[in-house]
Amino acid sequence: MVTQSVRSARGRAEVIIAATRGVGAMEEEMHTDAKIRAEIGTGCSPRGPGCSLRHFACEQNLLSRPDGSASFLQGDTSVLAGVYGPAEVKVSKEIFNKATLEVILRPKIGLPGVAEKSRERLIRNTCEAVILGTLHPRTSITVVLQVVSDAGSLLACCLNAACMALVDAGVPMRALFCGVTCALDSDGTLVLDPTSKQEKEARAVLTFALDSVERKLLMSSTKGLYSDSELQQCLAAAQAASQHVFRFYRESLQRRYSKS
Amino acid sequence: MKETPLSNCERRFLLRAIEEKKRLDGRQTYDYRNIRISFGTDYGCCMVELGKTRVLGQVSCELVSPKLNRATEGILFFNLELSQMAAPAFEPGRQSDLLVKLNRLLERCLRNSKCIDTESLCVVAGEKVWQIRVDLHLLNHDGNIIDAASIAAIVALCHFRRPDVSVQGDEITLYTPEERDPVPLSIHHMPICVSFAFFQQGTYLLVDPNEREERVMDGLLVIAMNKHREICTIQSSGGIMLLKDQVLRCSKIAGVKVAEITELILKALENDQKVRKEGGKFGFAESIANQRITAFKMEKAPIDTSDVEEKAEEIIAEAEPPSEVVSTPVLWTPGTAQIGEGVENSWGDLEDSEKEDDEGGGDEAIILDSIKMDTGVEVSDIGSQDAPIILSDSEEEEMIILEPDKNPKKIRTQTTSAKQEKAPSKKPVKRRKKKRAAN
Repeated sequence: MVTQSVRSARGRAEVIIAATRGVGAMEEEMHTDAKIRAEIGTGCSPRGPGCSLRHFACEQNLLSRPDGSASFLQGDTSVLAGVYGPAEVKVSKEIFNKATLEVILRPKIGLPGVAEKSRERLIRNTCEAVILGTLHPRTSITVVLQVVSDAGSLLACCLNAACMALVDAGVPMRALFCGVTCALDSDGTLVLDPTSKQEKEARAVLTFALDSVERKLLMSSTKGLYSDSELQQCLAAAQAASQHVFRFYRESLQRRYSKS
Repeated sequence: MKETPLSNCERRFLLRAIEEKKRLDGRQTYDYRNIRISFGTDYGCCMVELGKTRVLGQVSCELVSPKLNRATEGILFFNLELSQMAAPAFEPGRQSDLLVKLNRLLERCLRNSKCIDTESLCVVAGEKVWQIRVDLHLLNHDGNIIDAASIAAIVALCHFRRPDVSVQGDEITLYTPEERDPVPLSIHHMPICVSFAFFQQGTYLLVDPNEREERVMDGLLVIAMNKHREICTIQSSGGIMLLKDQVLRCSKIAGVKVAEITELILKALENDQKVRKEGGKFGFAESIANQRITAFKMEKAPIDTSDVEEKAEEIIAEAEPPSEVVSTPVLWTPGTAQIGEGVENSWGDLEDSEKEDDEGGGDEAIILDSIKMDTGVEVSDIGSQDAPIILSDSEEEEMIILEPDKNPKKIRTQTTSAKQEKAPSKKPVKRRKKKRAAN
């Protein structure tokens, strides 16, 4: 346990930095981008506007074998998700009163390691909070994620892809969820949806999973040093950003299911 | 998940249709499905769709020391993975047969055919060479994995650019992509696999079988060829017996098909090259068709974060201050400290292995002092007072302390409850009951 004390004054926050070690090992960059795309989310001070999310794209039902599939793109980061379920479960893994949820994340290069395992667990915990597993006891719901390209905010992109794939598969959920990543650089500027260059240079990178009903926090995974007022600011910014993401979900589903 | 078995009526239907020269998707005998190649933003990343079968390929490179018997050659490494999303039956433990077969075929096709010039991958002979790694992921299984995988592999290799390196005497300089443009690999030819499925005891064949046709086929013939009509690999599996002229006929068909596919690949590579040079948009985002209703795009969205600071301060002001939880570490021995209390041991009662044998001199005797948690069992720490350990006053904690070598006899007289065990030095043994042996 670490002693922590925070003093905050109105208008100015004086903080004693409390060290928080986030979940997950250091993320290594697989490649350096040959060309850095121009659509970088510009940084902004917490005082003024200027943060932006990168270009989003989503395609659903693109694979024929899985029950549900979605490809989610945020700028250059792209994740493909496939969902099987509710389906048969091995007797050793079955739970008598709800569905067994399994999340598998595969990196593009090399064998999956500890970082993938920890991300799988985070995504699984998020999904378990929203999926109505009790409607399908003794079944299994498998979410398989494949990293297609990684250019920053990978965990958030995985969460978004997983949510869209679950919707496509028709798995009953009590809410939708989305992932938003914030990065804090050395002078406290907040950047939403950072690119991998911004993540590398940032002092802290925070990823939040928010639900769609009341934009409450479902999961948070952080890496780096930040004060708790900065944490609250990032969380508030993430909530503002999640509105856009949910609007994107809604519009893409409307496009798909509308009669015109 | 178990593979859904193919019902007899479906099997019969497929075979009857094939007898009548009809394929379920309306193709002709020698027709390939639509091949679609798209590239990502990184060099060496491509996605190939052969009908509905989808393979993602990525090439990466690393500087390593060469193999001892090939000091001037680079190293190639191929890995095809059948992702669990490709088919419900692809579970980690279950697909080994198919996986080994596909990987081996891919290796023979690409490595043994010497399509990549490995000598050009050498940087410093005997010390540093490039290791090129090709990772292929099958994302959707709708038949004919090997064709799609071989196309993805060769496309990714042609698309890949490795960092430029220059050697001046003893100095090796590795340039980043920003400093110097990365360099393509030196590829001699492009081997592509073509699969033939055989039916009716080897008398009838179909090119590019889809998943259903693969399930009912008698046997499979795979020919890997390049556009110069050189056969790189040929493999027949399934136990069908083929006549010589059938094999020759297949190789002729393969020659035609490979020429078409190679042309398609070259065109796709050229398009991508052109777009990159002109500075246009490239990557997977561009390959999502706009017209599909299942696809949706949204441009950059600015977010108004002007009120976050006020919101955050409100939240902090309203929240309760964090509870002051302060605990000082308890120093057991130099190098071993404890913070907090820990959880009770949940291993349950192990068998009391009461071995109070004589150590015979010199053996590593480990004295374990366990101080029980407050469970009502008598705690005898009389002995522990003599042990040269700094203990805290919280004697209700269960803890195992490993001691260095001690004279057994001496300890026995001292402690009434300490138990001696012959154990290797690093293994703590938990014990719950203490013997109040009067010594």
